Formats: sequence, C-alpha cells, structure tokens
Amino acid sequence: MELSGSQMVIEALRKENVSVVFGYPGGAIMNVYDEVYKQNYFKHILTRHEQAALHAADGYARASGEVGVAFVTSGPGFTNAVTGLATAYMDSIPMVVISGQVPISMIGTDAFQEIDAVGISRPCVKHNYLVKDVKDLPRILKEAFYIARSGRPGPVHVDIPKDVTAQMGHFAYPSEIKMQTYKPTYKGNPRQIKKAIEAIQAAKRPVLYIGGGAINSNASAEVREFAKLCGIPAVETLMARGVMGDENPLLLGMLGMHGCYSANMAMSEADLMIAFGPRFDDRVTGKLSEFAKHAKIIHVDIDPSSIGKIVPIDYPIVGDLKNVVEAMIPLAKEQIDESKYKPWRDLLKRYDEIHPLKYEDSNEILKPQWAIERVGQLLGDKAIICTDVGQHQMWAAQFYPFSYPRQWLSSGGLGTMGYGLPAAIGAKVAVPSKTVINFTGDGSILMNIQELMTAVENNVAVVNIILNNQFLGMVRQWQTFFYNKRYSSTDLSVQPDFVKLIESFGGRGFRVTTKDEFDKALKEAVESNTVCMIDVQVDRFENVLPMVPAGGTLYNMMLEYKE
Amino acid sequence: MEHYTRRVLSVIVLNEDGVLSRISGLFAGRGYNIDSLTVAPIPKTNLSRLTIVTSGSAPVLEQIVKQLHKLIPTYKVIESGQFVEKEMALVKIPLAEDFNGLDAMLKAYNGTIASSGEDFIVVMVADDYDRIDNFLKAVKKYNPTDIVRSGSVAMDI
Ligand SMILES: Cc1ncc(C[n+]2csc(CCOP(=O)(O)OP(=O)(O)O)c2C)c(N)n1
Ligand SMILES: [Mg+2]
Repeated sequence: MELSGSQMVIEALRKENVSVVFGYPGGAIMNVYDEVYKQNYFKHILTRHEQAALHAADGYARASGEVGVAFVTSGPGFTNAVTGLATAYMDSIPMVVISGQVPISMIGTDAFQEIDAVGISRPCVKHNYLVKDVKDLPRILKEAFYIARSGRPGPVHVDIPKDVTAQMGHFAYPSEIKMQTYKPTYKGNPRQIKKAIEAIQAAKRPVLYIGGGAINSNASAEVREFAKLCGIPAVETLMARGVMGDENPLLLGMLGMHGCYSANMAMSEADLMIAFGPRFDDRVTGKLSEFAKHAKIIHVDIDPSSIGKIVPIDYPIVGDLKNVVEAMIPLAKEQIDESKYKPWRDLLKRYDEIHPLKYEDSNEILKPQWAIERVGQLLGDKAIICTDVGQHQMWAAQFYPFSYPRQWLSSGGLGTMGYGLPAAIGAKVAVPSKTVINFTGDGSILMNIQELMTAVENNVAVVNIILNNQFLGMVRQWQTFFYNKRYSSTDLSVQPDFVKLIESFGGRGFRVTTKDEFDKALKEAVESNTVCMIDVQVDRFENVLPMVPAGGTLYNMMLEYKE
Repeated sequence: MEHYTRRVLSVIVLNEDGVLSRISGLFAGRGYNIDSLTVAPIPKTNLSRLTIVTSGSAPVLEQIVKQLHKLIPTYKVIESGQFVEKEMALVKIPLAEDFNGLDAMLKAYNGTIASSGEDFIVVMVADDYDRIDNFLKAVKKYNPTDIVRSGSVAMDI
C-alpha cells in the first residue's frame, strides 16, 4: 500500500486500536492533522494547551491500562509538552507522543519553530526517534507502541519532520516486533523465587512494600492473594493506592513522608521486606541509613536498574510482578504458615489503634480531610480519583477509601501541579461509566484551568473539587514548620471567583462553606452530568500529618504540630 | 570518602543516529565520570563498539552498567576484567631538542616517529594506559609542544 507519512500515522494508530488522541495542531504537524480530519478510526480531542494534551493522554493510560497518544507541533508545541513527558516518565506511564518537526532540509538552520526536540526529550522519555525517512516510519511507530507498553512502561516520543509526513512510501505495518537489542525479562528466575520463599519462611516480621509496578503489571489480584495466603501485612506507596483495597485487613496504609504510623513502623521493625515494584523513592525511605534497617530485602522489579539503585538487595528478582507472584503463590501455599505472623500482625494493629490517621473535625469550618472522607462515603468505588499536587493530594491519598487499582491517578514522581484536570479528562474519556473527581488546590487548578474549555466542549463531565485554603498549602506547611512562618509567596488570598470562572466556560460552579452545602453540591454535581467545580472553603492552616521531615527517619514521625 | 575504582566498559550498540548522545547524556545527567570514550563501527555489522573508561564506587559502577543496558539501542555491555586495553598518544617535539635517549624510549613503549617537519617531529606510542602515563612523564624532558591521547580501546578476551 502506498501512503503518505501522515496517512501512515493514521493507519498505525488504527492497527494499534487507538480510540482517542489528545493534541494541538500547528505548522509542522498540519499534514497529519489533515489526515485526522479525513479519518474516523479514532476521536481527536483538542486540548487548550499541549501540556494538558499529554496529561490527558497520561490520565487515559493510567485509567485504562492502554497506551495514551498525543500529537503536538514543533517548537513551542513540543516544549510545552515536555512537562507531560517527564510526568509520565517518572511514573512509568505508557504513551506515544508524536511531534511535528521542520522539514529535514531545514533542520539545523534555526528555522521558524525549530527546536532539537529529541535532544530535549531524551532524558525524560523511555525512548525517542527522529524519523529521517518515510520508509522507516511503519517500523518506528510499531516499535514506539511496543516499547511504551512493554517492560517497564514509559513515554516514547516520535519526532516527524514535515516533509516526511508528506513523502509517499510503502506501508506494511509489521505484525511482529523484531528488536535486536530490547528484550525485557518477564519471567522471574525460579531459583531466586525459591530463595525468596525460603526467606519469607524464615522471617518473623515480614512486610509487603507495594509500589506502582503492581498497577503497571496488573498484579493486584495476585498480590492480594499472596498477601492473604501468607498473612503478611502490607503497605502501599502513593503510586500503589488501590492495589490491596482499603477494606483489606492486611493493608496498614500508605507509607513514607505522610504515611500512617503503623505503615512506617512496620517498615522500621520488619525483619523482611518484600518489595513488589516500588522504587525506594526518597519521599518513602527518609534517611536511607535508618530505612528498614533490620530487614533483609526481596525486590521484584521488571527494571534491573531499579534493583539495588537506592539500597542493597538481598534477594533480587527481575521479572514482571504478576508473573513472579503467580509463581510464588503455589510455593507459598506449600511452605508458608500464615499463623506464624499473627503476633506481628497484632502488634501492627495495636500501632494503628494507638496512632490512627486522624484529624480534628469542626462544626465551624470545613476541614479538607472531612471533604475527602465525605466524597469517599458518598461515592466510594463509583468514582475515579485524580489529584493535583500539594496538601489536598496527600489528604486524598490518606483519606479516600480506594478499592481497586487504576482508581487513583496522581503525579507521584514529578509532582506536577496542573496534572489533575487534564488527567481527569483523560480518565473520564477512558472510563465514561465512572464519576471522575479531581481533588485540586486553589494553586494547582489555575495551572491548567484552560482545560475546562476542553471538558465542556467535549462534554467530559469531570467534577473538580477545590480544597480552597487560599494558600500554596504544602509550601506554606513547610514554611510553618521549618521557616519560622515566613510565608514567602504562598498566600493566594487574592483569587478569582471560581464559580463565575467555570460558568464563563459553560460549566457549573458551587461555593460551599458548610457540610450541608457540600453534600448538596456534590450530589448536584455528580447528577448534573456537566463539567463542575466545587469551591470548598476550608481551614487555611490545616497541616498534613503525620510527617517525616525530608531526610528524617520513618520511626520518628511528627504526629502533631504544636505551636 | 567512598572508594573509587577505575573500570573499562566495552559497550556494543546499534550504530544509529543519536546513540552517542544517549550515552554521553546518561553519564552527564546522572553525574557519572567519563575518563575516556572511543567509538567506532564494528565491521560488517550494524553495530558500533564504545570503549568507556569510567570510575566510581562499586554501587555507582553497578548502576552505570545497568543504566547502559537499559538504553534501547544497547546490545551488550561487557564489563569483565578480561580486557586487552591499549591507548595511543601523539607527541610533538621541537627539533631544537637534544634527542639523546629518545630512540630507546620509543622502543620501550612501542613507539615510532609518525611524522616530521622543518622544525619538529611527531612521535607515536601505543601501550597500556598507565604506561602511556609514564611515557608522557618521561617525554617531558624533550619539552613537547603538543600531546594528544586517544583514550583507551579495549577488546575482551
Ligand atoms: C509545577 C509545579 N510548581 C511548583 C510545585 C511546588 N509545589 C508543590 S505543592 C505546592 C502548593 C500547591 O498549592 P495548591 O494547589 O493550592 O494545593 P494545597 O497544597 O494548598 O492543597 C507547590 C507550589 C509543584 N509541585 N509543581
Ligand atoms: Mg491551596
């Protein structure tokens, strides 16, 4: 089949069963957009900023488990997209991002809207390509999708010069991948798995430390089964919320800087850590020399470079988590006696009773934690929860009752403010049957506020709940604790009228200051099936607790803040 | 201070656009040292061989190898201690110098006179990298005006 480069892009997306593309056109990618116009294989959603196109594709990928796809133009279109690439890369999210580039003959001349896109994207993607010949395009697109979704997933960037999108060439989409150099390992080494089981058998105080890899590997069911079989208590990272399900009696909660007491104590007192796809982020470990210092460590990860990167590992297992846990289950059935860990489970339960996650509710003023709990009570598993970045993000991770994987979408690794709204749009497009909530802050929401237009135009009914503390709250909290209350550039008390703001975009707005108003607004918002924004006026000076100060030790949490 | 060791890595990669920038970018971005780096295509293949001399603590060296592996175009990272490693150096010496003893020195370091002009000679030596160090120290007495080292090339055995 003879096709132009642009037509090849469309056909490749069709072969990959892509159903939606988020993007923003411009000169260098106009040939591709012309073909977008002519086709009806997939829907194209025009965002109002390239960063948002990538976050929407990212949200789509996280919610669906499929590869998210975005188109941007060269130069500023691409540079606007970089934050989206970095966000996806840090959280290992599969995406294919196609950017236009100036024609090959003009590359290197500082042409209009020319930028060295692959040079810029290299450190924040899993892989990238500059397509120099249309005959390579089918293979490159095939590889791009394969690389994005296989192994440790991640974004792949394909930069296509304008003349390549116009050139004609033979199109035969490869049915198989033949890559000489890239071959991820899926199956764990049986000898290592056997040794790991023996280590568990020998342990008295084992703990499951579950990371985002459990979501990427779709291993939630296996991890739950393994935990139950062995009776081993579990902690989740921010990225792993939903893997165990909060109803699960074995789940202690989130660990790390704002983790709960029992989870952090479990890590500190364990004699064996079973790490299922986490990456030992510094926001989790605190001071490394004190981190889980009594524990031997089993680490299962599909990325060999992740193993031993931060702490030395006693039992490394390279492989796909789902695959490895499936192999562990029959061995565990034979060899592990769950009753052995009962005293340990009881101890941790006691820790949880002594210092549960808590906040002081009030009848005078709305507490942000209450709002999150309330949404949890009213919507529970009916909602997918997205967040921006800041205090509201941590409270959502702490107080929302998650019950399944891919219910929780948050920028963990990069901590990108402005992620929430576009990601919520992507999630709602992926899973229209769910209510999609974006818990956001009065700071974050303004970083991609233009996406209200995208949502309204496409009738993507996301519900934004601003926990409005009139502060860059998380930064303000650090200033309170560590900078003697010098609130440098964090006061946001000058703000727009959020109700009028969303109304001007054609959505519905609510301002609430009481619990009754909150319930009423939430109900109306969810039932309205339109894009909504609930501006919740909350206690300005609430702090996220417990807190392990940066570089502190997990067993030394700040449980309360006293003036 | 952690103990730093010198390590020679032989990295076989697809010979494609941008592969060198992926590798140099990896070293720069993660703060790894590059003491020397040489690249050349491997005849009759679509591959290139890079010889990288680096140094770091044991965990850092382990990460360097893993991160190199992780790059999509990387075919193989050879890190065995079993290498023949050689380096070359060119040294320009003014003719005004007294060359007494230079011949014997060149002989000792596999050297020859590579080129000469009206008022200079260029000598070339090829030897182990630490012997090149020694040679360059010894050759100072001829007041060289220019020195170029090639960086190591290595072959695993
Ligand atoms: C793009 C970006 N810029 C800056 C930061 C640093 N930062 C982290 S949290 C935060 C405050 C966020 O304020 P808001 O959205 O109101 O959330 P709150 O903490 O008040 O809940 C800031 C500025 C960031 N994470 N991302
Ligand atoms: Mg705020």
